[in-house]
Amino acid sequence: MSPAMRFDPVGGVLIIPALAAMLLAVLPGYRLTARINVIAAFATFAVALSLFFGRPAPSPYFHVDDLNNVFIVLTTFVAFTTSVFSASYIGHELETGRLTPTYLRFYHAMYQVLMFAMNLALVANNIGLMWVAIELATLTTVLMVGIYRTHEALEAAWKYFILGSVGIALALFGTILVYMAARPVIGEGADAMVWTSLIVRAGEFDPALLNLAFVFLLLGYGTKVGLAPLHAWLPDAHAEGPTPISAVLSGLLLNVALYALLRFKMLLAANPAALAPGPLMVTMGLISLVFAAFMLYRRRDIKRMFAYSSIEHMGIITFAFGMGGPLANFAGLLHMTMHSLTKSAIFFAVGHIAQVKGTQRIADMGGLTETNPMLGWGLVLGVVAIAGLPPLGIFTSEFLVVTSTFARAPLLAVILVFGLLVGFAALFLRLNTVAFGEPRGKEGQTHASYVPMFAHLALVLLAGVYLPPALVGSFQNVAKLLG
Amino acid sequence: MRHSLTFDIAHMLAGSLVLVSFLQLYQDRLYALLNIFALHALVLAASVAWQAHAQDAPHLYITAAIALLFKAIVIPLALHRIIVRLGIHRQIEKVVGVGPAMLLGMGLVALAMVVMLRVTSEADPLAREDLAFALSVVLLGLLMMVTRRNAVSQVVGFMSLENGLVLAATGAKGMPLVVEISVAFSILIAFIVIGIFLFRIRERFDTVDLQALDSFRGERS
Repeated sequence: MSPAMRFDPVGGVLIIPALAAMLLAVLPGYRLTARINVIAAFATFAVALSLFFGRPAPSPYFHVDDLNNVFIVLTTFVAFTTSVFSASYIGHELETGRLTPTYLRFYHAMYQVLMFAMNLALVANNIGLMWVAIELATLTTVLMVGIYRTHEALEAAWKYFILGSVGIALALFGTILVYMAARPVIGEGADAMVWTSLIVRAGEFDPALLNLAFVFLLLGYGTKVGLAPLHAWLPDAHAEGPTPISAVLSGLLLNVALYALLRFKMLLAANPAALAPGPLMVTMGLISLVFAAFMLYRRRDIKRMFAYSSIEHMGIITFAFGMGGPLANFAGLLHMTMHSLTKSAIFFAVGHIAQVKGTQRIADMGGLTETNPMLGWGLVLGVVAIAGLPPLGIFTSEFLVVTSTFARAPLLAVILVFGLLVGFAALFLRLNTVAFGEPRGKEGQTHASYVPMFAHLALVLLAGVYLPPALVGSFQNVAKLLG
Repeated sequence: MRHSLTFDIAHMLAGSLVLVSFLQLYQDRLYALLNIFALHALVLAASVAWQAHAQDAPHLYITAAIALLFKAIVIPLALHRIIVRLGIHRQIEKVVGVGPAMLLGMGLVALAMVVMLRVTSEADPLAREDLAFALSVVLLGLLMMVTRRNAVSQVVGFMSLENGLVLAATGAKGMPLVVEISVAFSILIAFIVIGIFLFRIRERFDTVDLQALDSFRGERS
């Protein structure tokens, strides 16, 4: 069989969204395009799943290993469920006239371009290509955040844009420095930017250059992860864009940026003379966690509140990866997966709730479990999960993070638990007003699609009760890889 | 240590870029700022073209051409038209005065020199000094973005920051994907400029009216 004839899953996860984007850019009509969007997302997910059964050998531009395999499957899965949610959400936005048919076409095309960019960033073997992909993802999300064209949406998009561009500019400088460090060892040309050859020779790189590079990369990609104090764009972008985009931003794009950071962390870890990247990540993670937990109290806008909760959880995840070691890495990976699933489920609920109530202000919502039981209880379940109550999956992962930290650095664990408790209380305070008590605000119904939301929550519940050995095995492999 | 003429010219061009960055810092009229930015892009194009010649890397001429056509001509002209069409205030509102801004700029350049020259003591001299200049340009671009309030001058700040990155990328000898990266950046900038026009971002966003700010943040109950 000739190589060109063979089925290539890496090509698949890139080509399907790219073709779908082109198709969606020209096709009119809401029903048809929404369906194509779902079908394309599902096809991409199916192709990504096939990566578990056979991976292509690394090429100079693409490679798949245990680490990015997990990320790709998670990304394509959440992208698929979000496209299902998006179909019903966008239908309502069209009815109310918040979106015009032209913008809808644009929205769907951009959705697929974003999938393409995220998949490209994940499978890229070349650190320059990875940077280009993350830039593309930033651009598309900027356009999507500003799509409603209200003053607030434009300001959010502009803020995101400026901060995001500065972030990726710093990341590029870091990438150039990595090349400079690799050049004397590997030699000039493309090889000195190829991840698989970098990691093999990383021990011989000039440690000072590598350290400096990591500082720039941490600041650059850290902005995209939403780590405090570089998080300023995140709440605005989440609150003002369409809710499916909030779900994708929180659930996926932050992970993709974190993935880039992890790759460079591995590079530093492979060089014994370079500074340990762990403490830097631990510090930024803890600051994000504690800061975001306190910020949760004063939120009046429901999407903004969950955006801060995303900062909190990205903080926990970065902290866990910063601690390193098989157990903490495993916990971080599990927490990342659980957070993606739970947070997107919450945004699915919040999106429909905001449509029913016609506002995102928490003060204008109340008693949702009575008026809209499915949405209300869905939100309750989501918040219970995100707050880290047993028996849901986030409890398991947070428990692992906390216990593994207690064993190694009890003082840090105290700060961690403090941040978690502060955030926990804030979430329940708000949940109480929104979900229970006297019904408040506008009442209405919407054609909601509950399937994606409850599917995510069911997975989170399942993970809390029983983790399949295959999943544990693959996460353990990744944890080992991360060192 | 004696250097060749190639080195001296590369050095001079990179140094001029830092100098032009300083010129941008104290402009208080938008049109003047655009002209200085065009000069910035012109110097960058010359510097990249010289690197292409010195490193014998013909693909870098493409990057130089992009810098010349796109950043030195098309973008300044487009921004010029946008300023006229949208009736943007031509005065630049600064957060920090000229004096402090220049002092901060000098501090940043010193920082860039100290950091880069110490770290890259092993690398070849051309690359390390180029990198130090590039970091200075990047930091000066950042400074400009934070000390200005108009959308247009923030964009100019971002573009000069990006020029610094292109300088760094071309200075790193034999770096692949430089052309692709400069194309990606050009697309980014084109988007920003189109965005300003489409979204009619007339003035600055931040306002001293706290009420407006609060309603935006959704903090007012």
